[in-house]
Amino acid sequence: MSHASDRDRSDQGNSNGTWIGRSVPRVEDDRLLRGNGRYVDDIALPGAVEAAFLRSPHAHARIESVDVTAALTAPGVVAVWTGDDVADLPAMLNKEELRTPPGLAALLDPLVRMTPMPLLARDKVLYVGQPVAVVLAENRYLAEDALELVEVRYAPLRVLVDPEHALGEDAVRLHEDLPDNTAVAVATRVGDPEAAFAGAHAVVSERFEAHRYVASPIETRAVSAQVDPYSGRLTVWSGTQTPHRLRDAIAHTLGLESATVHVIAADVGGGFGQKGILYVEELLVPHAARRLGRPVLWREDRNENLTASSHAREQIHRIELAADAEGRIVAVRDRITVNFGAYNMTGLVVPYNSLCHLLGPYRVPNVHIDVTGVLTNTTFATPYRGAGRPETVFAMERAMDRLAAELGIEPAQLRARNLVRPDEMPYATGLVDRSGSPQSYDSGDFPELLRRAVAKADVEGVRARQREGARDGKYVGIGFAMYIEATGLGPFETARIDVAPSGRVRLAIGAPSQGQGHRTSMAQIAADAIGVPFDVIDVVGGDTEATPFGVGTIASRALVNAGNATHRAGRLVREKIVEAAARRLGVDAGGLDLSDGIVRAGEPGGPSISLAELAGKAPLPGIPEPTDGRHGTEISETVHFRPPGFAVASGAHAAVVEVDEHTGEVEILHYVVVHDAGNIVNPMIAEGQVTGGIAQGIGGALYEEMVYGPDGQPRTGTYMDYLVPTSSEIPDLDMDEIFTPSPMNDLGVKGLGEGGAIAPQAVLAGAVEDALRPFDVVVRRGPLSPSRVRALIRAAADA
Amino acid sequence: MKPTSFDYTAPSTVGEAVALLGDEEREAKVVAGGQSLIPMLNMRLARPELLVDITRIPELGRLHVDGSGKLRIGAAVRQARAAADGAVREGWPLLAVAIGRIGHPQIRHRGTVCGSLAHHDPAAELPTAAVCLDARFVITGPRGTRTVGAEDFFVATFSTAVEADELLTEAVFPPLPAHHGWAFEELTRRHGDFATVGVAVVLERDTATDTVRSARVVFCGAGPVPVRLPAVEDALVGTDVGEHALAAAARVALARLAPADDVHATAEYRREGAAHLLVRACTTAWERC
Repeated sequence: MSHASDRDRSDQGNSNGTWIGRSVPRVEDDRLLRGNGRYVDDIALPGAVEAAFLRSPHAHARIESVDVTAALTAPGVVAVWTGDDVADLPAMLNKEELRTPPGLAALLDPLVRMTPMPLLARDKVLYVGQPVAVVLAENRYLAEDALELVEVRYAPLRVLVDPEHALGEDAVRLHEDLPDNTAVAVATRVGDPEAAFAGAHAVVSERFEAHRYVASPIETRAVSAQVDPYSGRLTVWSGTQTPHRLRDAIAHTLGLESATVHVIAADVGGGFGQKGILYVEELLVPHAARRLGRPVLWREDRNENLTASSHAREQIHRIELAADAEGRIVAVRDRITVNFGAYNMTGLVVPYNSLCHLLGPYRVPNVHIDVTGVLTNTTFATPYRGAGRPETVFAMERAMDRLAAELGIEPAQLRARNLVRPDEMPYATGLVDRSGSPQSYDSGDFPELLRRAVAKADVEGVRARQREGARDGKYVGIGFAMYIEATGLGPFETARIDVAPSGRVRLAIGAPSQGQGHRTSMAQIAADAIGVPFDVIDVVGGDTEATPFGVGTIASRALVNAGNATHRAGRLVREKIVEAAARRLGVDAGGLDLSDGIVRAGEPGGPSISLAELAGKAPLPGIPEPTDGRHGTEISETVHFRPPGFAVASGAHAAVVEVDEHTGEVEILHYVVVHDAGNIVNPMIAEGQVTGGIAQGIGGALYEEMVYGPDGQPRTGTYMDYLVPTSSEIPDLDMDEIFTPSPMNDLGVKGLGEGGAIAPQAVLAGAVEDALRPFDVVVRRGPLSPSRVRALIRAAADA
Repeated sequence: MKPTSFDYTAPSTVGEAVALLGDEEREAKVVAGGQSLIPMLNMRLARPELLVDITRIPELGRLHVDGSGKLRIGAAVRQARAAADGAVREGWPLLAVAIGRIGHPQIRHRGTVCGSLAHHDPAAELPTAAVCLDARFVITGPRGTRTVGAEDFFVATFSTAVEADELLTEAVFPPLPAHHGWAFEELTRRHGDFATVGVAVVLERDTATDTVRSARVVFCGAGPVPVRLPAVEDALVGTDVGEHALAAAARVALARLAPADDVHATAEYRREGAAHLLVRACTTAWERC
C-alpha cells in the first residue's frame, strides 16, 4: 500500500502556508478513542421519555382502523399517538432538496411532483417500515412492549416494487392525487444524436442496472429534544448532516420561530447522505417534547435503519453508445429510470446528478438523456455517497467496455481516445449543471489520471497472464473506470472567527462533521489564513447557535464551502489584527507581518507584539482597550462563501481480479486509485476519505444489496443477510494522486468525500467481465456475489 | 430491538438447571455464550420468561479426553478454548478447523461448542463437523440422562433431540484412529459468515490396497440438517480417490443434494459448490490419511 500521507504537500499548487498540506494528526481522535465522543445517545436528559415507532408490516395497504386502547394501559406508557393525533401538523417535505433551481427550470422545465409525507400514516401505508403510530414510554423496553398492543387493521393493496412496472398504464397509483407514479422527469439534448447514431460505425445498446444498497452508518439515526422551562426554547440533538435545515423544518412544523429552536449535531457516527435529509422522527420527537413537557429520546435500531432509513442507488439505464471506427464516441443516448421508493424525498438531486455526470471525462458531441424518477412500494431513496454518480458511472463505463469489446480496442485505449484534454479546460459539455448554469469542467487532467492508473495496474502483465490461460480454474481480468464529480455545491456556507482576549481563536462553521475531521482540517486553513499556530484554534460545527446560517455537510461541499469561508474570514481577521497592531506599535500597517501569532515589523529586531497581548491588553482593570477603531476588543469576522461554480474533482480506478470458475468467488488482486481533488489540506484525512469511499463502493460491487420480494417485503433486514464488508474484505489500495487546483475558490480545493465510492462498482464489473472473456459474459448488474458470477458462467455455457 | 421482560438465574448444578427448565409455570431457555439467543431475544423471535445461565456450573466447564480416548466437551466450554486446546488440535483437528471458521474471535470467545450444536443452524460449521466425526450427545432432563447419536440429534432447522425441559450437558467425540484423513471446506460470502455451503469429510485408507475403506461425507448449508450422503460415501469406498472416483462422487452429490434458495445463493449454486468442495475436501483428506 502506498501511503499518500507520507508526503506533505507544502509544494503543491497555490498553497504556501505552513499548515495546509500537512498530515496534521486529527485533534478529534484522542477524545474519540478514549470514549469521550458526544453522540446523541451520550446526552443524558434526566426524566426523559423514550419513543418507539410502530411501523407498517405491509408494503401497500389501506389503514382501516387503529386501536390504541390496550397500549395506553400498558406499564410505563405516557402516550400513544396515531396519524389522527398529529393530523394538525403539516406533512413533511424536504423543501430545499425539492426546489428546482431557476436556471434549470427555465432551460429544461423538469417535472417535479411533491409527495408530502404524513408524520404518521393515516389512510394508507406505502412501504414496509412506514411509521403508523408512536409510543412514548418510560423506557424503550416498555415502549416496545406497548407497540405490540396497538391493533391496526390493514386492507392490503396491490404492491409495486419494480419501477418499470410502476410506470405501466394500469399500475396502481401510490399517491392518488397524482396522475401516475412519476415523481420527477427531465430530459436533455445536445447536438443531433439521431443523425450521429444513423451514421455511426459501431453502436452498443445495453440495459444496465444499478442495484439498491444502503449507507449503513455505524451510528444509526437518533434524536433527543428538550424544552427549557426557563427560556421556553426547544433544544434538539440529532445526528443530522444539515442542522440548520432541520431547525427551520422543526420551526415550520411546530409553528415556532426559528430563533427559538436550537439544533445541535455534536459527534455523528457517519452520515453518507442518509442523514442529510429530514425524517418524520426528527419532527415528531421535538413535537412530543413540547406536548408532554418532558425530554424525549428516540434511537433508531439497526432493523429500522436497514428497512426504514433512506435507501439508494437503484437505477435502470437503457444506454446506447455510437462511435466511429477509431472508437471515438459520436453520441450517447440513455434512458434512466430511478426507483424513488414511496416518496419523492429529494427531487432532482439523484436523477439530475446521474444525468449531468453520465458523460464523465469523455468528449461527447451528441447527447440525449432522459431521466424518470418513479414511485414504488419500497423505502424512499435519497442521496448516498456519490448520489447518482456511482449508478451513472456504472452504466457509462460498462458501455465503454462493451464498445471496446465490439471494436477490439484495449479498454484503456478506448477511454484515452475520448478524454477531454487539459488544454480544453474550462470545458463546456453542452449540458446544464445542477445549479442551472451551463455545465463547465473548471480543471483537471484526465489523460494523466488514466496514464498513471494504466501504468500502476500493469495492463501488459495482466494480458500476458491471460494468454497463459486459467490456473486451477482461476481467471484473471482487469477493469478501468473514470469519473468526474462536480463538487462544492452551493448556495453558501458560513464561517465566523472570533479572537478571544486570551488570543485563542474560535472558528464556527455551518457544516457539521460526521467523521470528516473538520476540527483539524478547518483549523489548518484558519491557522494559515490568520497566521496563528494551529493549536490556538477551536473549531465549532453543527450548532445552530454558533452560526445562525448554514447548509450542511453533504454533496462533497464542506471543504469547498466552509473551507473557503474560513479562509476568507481568516484573511479579514488577519487584516484587523495587523491594523490594530499598527496602531499599538505606532507604525505603518504595510510593514507588518503576522505569523505564528506574533505581529512583527519587517526588519529584524523591529517592534513586535503577540496576538494575546494585542487582544487581551486592557488599560484599566476589566475595561479593554479598543483595538480596531471601534469600541471593545472584538476581533471578529463572519463570511458567507458562495461558490461561483462547481470545483470538478476526478479520478481513475483500475482493478485486477481473479475469478474462480468453479466457486464464482472474486478476489481483488490489485486495486489502483488515482484521484484529483485539487489542493489537499490534510493528506492523511484525504487518504482516509478515499479509502472509506472505496470500501463502501466495494461493498456495493461485491456484497451489499437491499433485496425486496415481489410482495414488497425487505429480505435483507438484518446484518445476517445484508452484508457490509469488514476490513477482511477490503484489499490494500494502491493510491496515487495529481493536483489540479480549482480556479473556483481561493484555496484551489475540490470535494473528495464521495469520489472513492463512485467507481468501484464499474471497475470491478469491468474486471470480472474481462476475466470471464473466455466465457463471453456481460455483467449487467451487481452485486457480483459468487452465486451471480456462477450464474453468468452457467448461462454462457448453456448459450 | 429490545427483548420482552425475562428473569435471569445462574444455577450452580445441573440438577438445579434441569429443575428450572422443567418448571411448567414459566418458559425457560438455556443461555451460555448467548451468540444466537441474545439477537433472537432482541428481535423478539424468542420470548422466554426465564434465562438459565449454565456457565456457572463447574462440571459443564470441563474439556477432557476420557479413559477410552473420547473427547468430552462440557456445555459451558467456549469455542475458542476448544479450538486452542492441544489435545483437540492433535486428536480432533477437523473440529479445531471447523471452529476456526465460526464468526470472528469475539464470537468464538463467547460462543460455546454445545451452544452452537444445540441451537442447530444447519449452515453452521459445528453440527456438520459433529455428524462427520460421529459425535454423541449427552442430554440430561427430569427423566434422567440419555445419549443420542449425531444423526438422531439434529431434527430440523433450529430443532434438536433436546426437549424443552432438557439440557445438553456434553458433546462426546470418538477418537480418529490411524489411517484416517479429514478435511473441512466451505464457501462463505465474507470471512466469518455462515457457510453458503460446506462439506466435512473423513476418509479411512486401507493400507493393504491403498484404497478407501470407509468414508463419512456431510454437507452444511445443504438442507434443514447436516446432510450426510451415504451414496457419495459408497461412491468413494474402494477407490483410490483418483480423478474418476472424485468425478463420480461429485456427480452423485449433484444428483442427491436438494438445497434451498436464499438471498445469498441459488440452490443451483449450492449444489455445484458442494460438488466442487467435495472434490477438494476428498483430495485433502486422502493426502492426510
